[in-house]
Amino acid sequence: MASEIGQAIAAGILGGGVYALMAAGLTLIFGVLDIINVAQGIFVVLGAYLSYVLSVHLHLDLLLGLFITVPAMFVIGVVIYWLFIRPLRGAERTSMTLLACFAVALIIEGVLYQEFGSNYVSLNAWYTTASVHLFDFYLADIYLIGFGLAAVAFGALYLILYRTTFGRAVRATMQNQVAARLIGIDVNRVSAVTFGIGTAVTAIGGMVYGAISGGFTPNSSYDLISRLLAIVILAGMGSIGGALVTAIFMTTVEALVDIWQPDWAVVVFYLAMVIILTFRPAGLFGRRAVRAQ
Amino acid sequence: MTSDRAAGKAPAGDQKVTPNPATTAPAPVTVPAGTRHAWPLRSRSLSVTGVAVLIAAIAVFPLVFTNPTATNFGVITLIFVAVASAWNMFSGFSGYLSLGHAVFYGTGAYFLVVAAKDWNLNGADVFWLLPLAGAVAALIAVPLGLVALRVRRHTFVVITIAFFFIAQLSASNLTVTGGSSGVLAPIPNWAGATFNNPFYYLAMLLAAAAVVISVLIRRSVFGLQLRAIRDDEDRAAGLGVRAMPVKLAALVLSAFFTGMAGALWVYFIGQAVPQFVFDPLFDLAVVLMAFFGGLGTIAGPVLGALILEPTQLYLNLQESNSYESEILFGALFLVVILFLPRGVLPTAGEWLTTGRIQRLRGDWQAWRARRTANRPVPPAAGNLS
Amino acid sequence: MSGTLRAEGVSKSFGGLQALADCSLTAPAGRITGLIGPNGSGKTTLFNAITGYERVDSGQVYLDDRRITGASPQRVFALGVGRTFQLTRIFPRLTVLENMLVPANRGRPARERREHAMDLLTFTGIAGHAGSLAGTLSYGQRKLLELAYVLVADPAVVLLDEPAGGVNPSLIHHIADRIRELNSAGRTFLIVEHNMEFVMGLCHEVTVLDSGTVVASGPPEVIRTDPRVLDAYLGTEAADD
Repeated sequence: MASEIGQAIAAGILGGGVYALMAAGLTLIFGVLDIINVAQGIFVVLGAYLSYVLSVHLHLDLLLGLFITVPAMFVIGVVIYWLFIRPLRGAERTSMTLLACFAVALIIEGVLYQEFGSNYVSLNAWYTTASVHLFDFYLADIYLIGFGLAAVAFGALYLILYRTTFGRAVRATMQNQVAARLIGIDVNRVSAVTFGIGTAVTAIGGMVYGAISGGFTPNSSYDLISRLLAIVILAGMGSIGGALVTAIFMTTVEALVDIWQPDWAVVVFYLAMVIILTFRPAGLFGRRAVRAQ
Repeated sequence: MTSDRAAGKAPAGDQKVTPNPATTAPAPVTVPAGTRHAWPLRSRSLSVTGVAVLIAAIAVFPLVFTNPTATNFGVITLIFVAVASAWNMFSGFSGYLSLGHAVFYGTGAYFLVVAAKDWNLNGADVFWLLPLAGAVAALIAVPLGLVALRVRRHTFVVITIAFFFIAQLSASNLTVTGGSSGVLAPIPNWAGATFNNPFYYLAMLLAAAAVVISVLIRRSVFGLQLRAIRDDEDRAAGLGVRAMPVKLAALVLSAFFTGMAGALWVYFIGQAVPQFVFDPLFDLAVVLMAFFGGLGTIAGPVLGALILEPTQLYLNLQESNSYESEILFGALFLVVILFLPRGVLPTAGEWLTTGRIQRLRGDWQAWRARRTANRPVPPAAGNLS
Repeated sequence: MSGTLRAEGVSKSFGGLQALADCSLTAPAGRITGLIGPNGSGKTTLFNAITGYERVDSGQVYLDDRRITGASPQRVFALGVGRTFQLTRIFPRLTVLENMLVPANRGRPARERREHAMDLLTFTGIAGHAGSLAGTLSYGQRKLLELAYVLVADPAVVLLDEPAGGVNPSLIHHIADRIRELNSAGRTFLIVEHNMEFVMGLCHEVTVLDSGTVVASGPPEVIRTDPRVLDAYLGTEAADD
C-alpha cells in the first residue's frame, strides 16, 4: 500500500510537471493578452500528431523531433493570433476572443479528424516503455523525461521573462497594458510572441502526452483543455508559479484517488476546483480583483 | 420632489435648451427620425405581420411537408430554438457566457427517462414529466449559480465548463443514470406517418413560451437590471441593483426551459447516453446560434437556430462523418466574430431600418451611399449649447 | 432631507502606498463642500472609502449619526448617498432613459418612474436624447447623464468626482447652475475638482487634501491664499515664504 501511494505521488508529481508546463502557457497568454485560449487542448493534440508524423513517417526520434515541432507550433501560434485574435476589439472582446479560440479549436479538430481519422495512435520510442527502478518504485522513463523537459522549459521561460528586455516588456504588459503602450512597448508584437510561446510549449506537452497517454485521438483535446482550465483557474489567472504548484497538486490528488476509485478520480479533479473556488474565487494564488468583471 | 419643482421653476433664460414639451406628459419618448438606435430596441421593425406569418408557417409545416425527415428536422430545430432562446435569456442579457447549459439539458433529459422508468409512465403520459424535468433543472441551477456567479466572467465561463465535465463524468459513472450505456426512454404508443407531430407541436409550444418569456424579461425592470449588469456590474450594484438575486433568477429561468427542451429531446430520440446528452458541441452550437442572430436580442437566437440547426442536420446527413460540419461551423463562427460581431441579423437589420427611413424621406442617393459604406452615421452629438 | 457626511481618522494603504492617512473631514448638511488637492492626494480613494468601494484600514465614516464605515455600495446608496465617477460610468448599451431607470427607486410605480426620469433628464438638459443609446453621447452629455441618474433616488448627499473635468466652459456653467439649484433644495454636496474657478465660485467651504491628510479647510477666499495650500500644489518653495 505504501509503495502504491508513493508510486501515485511520484507519478502525480512528474505528470503534474508536464501539465504545469501546458497550463503555464495558458496562464501566460491570459496574463498578457487577457484571453482564455481554449484551443490550448487541441494545440497539445496537434503537437502530439506532429511528433507522430515526424516519428512514423520520417523516423525521427521524438526528442529530436521537438526541435522541429516547437518552432513550428510557435509559428502556428503567432499566425493564429495575428489573423484571428488581434482584430477583435470592442465591448465584447473577452467573450469574442474566447469564442474565436473555440472556433479555431473546432477547425483544427476537424482537420485532424480528416487527416488521421478517429483511431487511437500513440507515440513510441525505446524510452516510452522502459522504466527506472528506484527504491520500491518503478518510475517510467518517459515520465522522468517529461518532467525533465518541463523543468528545462520552465527554466527557459523564467530566463526569458526575467532576464531579457523582451521579458520585461511582457511583464509590463501583464501588469498594465495601457501604461506599457505609453512607454513605447509594442503591445501587438509582445502579444503575438507571447501567444506563440504559449503555443510552443504545447509542442513539448504534446509529445509527452502522446507518449504517456497510451493512445490519443483528436477527441482527447476536451479532456486536456478541461484539466488545463481547471488548473489555471484554480491557481489564479496569471500566476505561472501558481500553475506549477496547482498542477502538481491536482495530478497527485487524482493519482491518489485513482488507487481506490478509478472511475471517480477525474471527477474529483473538477470538484476540487469548484470547492476551492467557492471559498477563494480568485484562485489559490490569484492576484486579480474578485469582483465580477 | 423638490428637484422637480426646482426644474419647473427655473426661469427660461437659465435653460440652454428648450425643454421638450413631451416630458411633462407621460412617457412615450419621441424618437427623432435618423437617430441611431440599436436594432433590437425597435424590434417593431420586425412587423407584427411578419411574426404572425412566421408562426403560421411553422404551425402548418408538418402538415405540408409530411416527409418524416423533414418533420424530424423540424422537431430538432424547434427544440434548439427553445434552447437558444433560453440560453440567451441568461447569457445574452447578463453577458455571462455559459458553456455549461448542457448540464441543464442533460438533467432534464435524464430526469425524464429515469422518472418514466421508475413511475412506469408510457405514451402521452410521459409528456406530463416535461415541466417537472424543467423544474428539476431549475432547482440545480440554484447551487450551481450560487457558486459560479460570484466570480468574474472569465472564471465563470471556465466554471461552467467544469460543471459540464462533472455532469458528463457523473452520468457515465452513476448507476441511476445507467452508466456509460445510458437509459432507454419509454417507447411512445403511437406510430406511423404522423409520429413526429406531437413532438413537433410540443417543441413549437416550448419555443414559443421561451420567446415570450424572453420578451417579458426584456421589457421588465428585471431585464433592465440584467442588461445594466452586463454593461457595468459594479456601477449597477452601486445604484442599488442586487446583482446576485437578479443573475440567479435569470439562470433559473433559463435552466427551466433548457431542462424541458432536454426532456422533450430525449423522449424523441429514444435514449439517454452520456456522450450525446452531454455533448461538448451542444453549448458551442447554441452560442453560435445566438451570436449569429445577434446576442442579447430576442429574434437573434430564434433566427440563428432556424438557420443554423437545419444546416447542421443537413450536413450531418450528407457527410458520412460529421467532421466537415465541424470545420465549416468553426469557420462560420470565425467569420461571424471577425466581420459581423453584432451578429448577421442586427447588421442586416440596420441596413434595412436605415434604408426604410431614408426611403421615407425620398432620398435614394443617401440610402445607396449608406448601403455601400456599410454603417449608418451617428447623429451629431451635443445639441447642448 | 439633510445629511451631514463625516469622515474621521480614515486611513487606507495599498501595499506600500499610503493613500489616506488619518483623514478627517466634514461635509455639513445643506452645504456645498469642495475637495481639492494635487494628483495622488487621495481624493478618489476617500470617495471610494465613503461609498463602500474600498474598505478602510482604520477610521470611521458617518452619515448624520449613523456609522456607515464599510457598508456596501448598495447600502450606502440606499441610505441616500449618491456618487459619480471621474471617468464617467454609464451603461452604454442601454438608452439614456433606460439608464435612468436602473437605479433602485424606492418602489414607485412604473409610470411615475418614467416621468421622474424624464423630469431629471430635462433638468440636466439631455431629455432630447432619451431614446438614444447612452454610448452615443458625447463626454459632456455623459457627465450630465451621470448627474441625472445619481439623483433618481433623491439622495440627501451627493458626491461628485470631477463634474467639470474635460467639459467645455459653457457646459460647466450649466452644471454649476444645476448644482446650486439642487443645493438650494437642501442637498449636501461634496465635490472633488481641479477646476479652481468652478470650486471657488460654487463651494461654501473648501477642504484641501495632500498625501492623504487634510492640510487646510475653510471658505474659498481664505483657502485660495493659504500658504499650506500653495505648498501642497507647488512644493516646498512656497513654504520658505
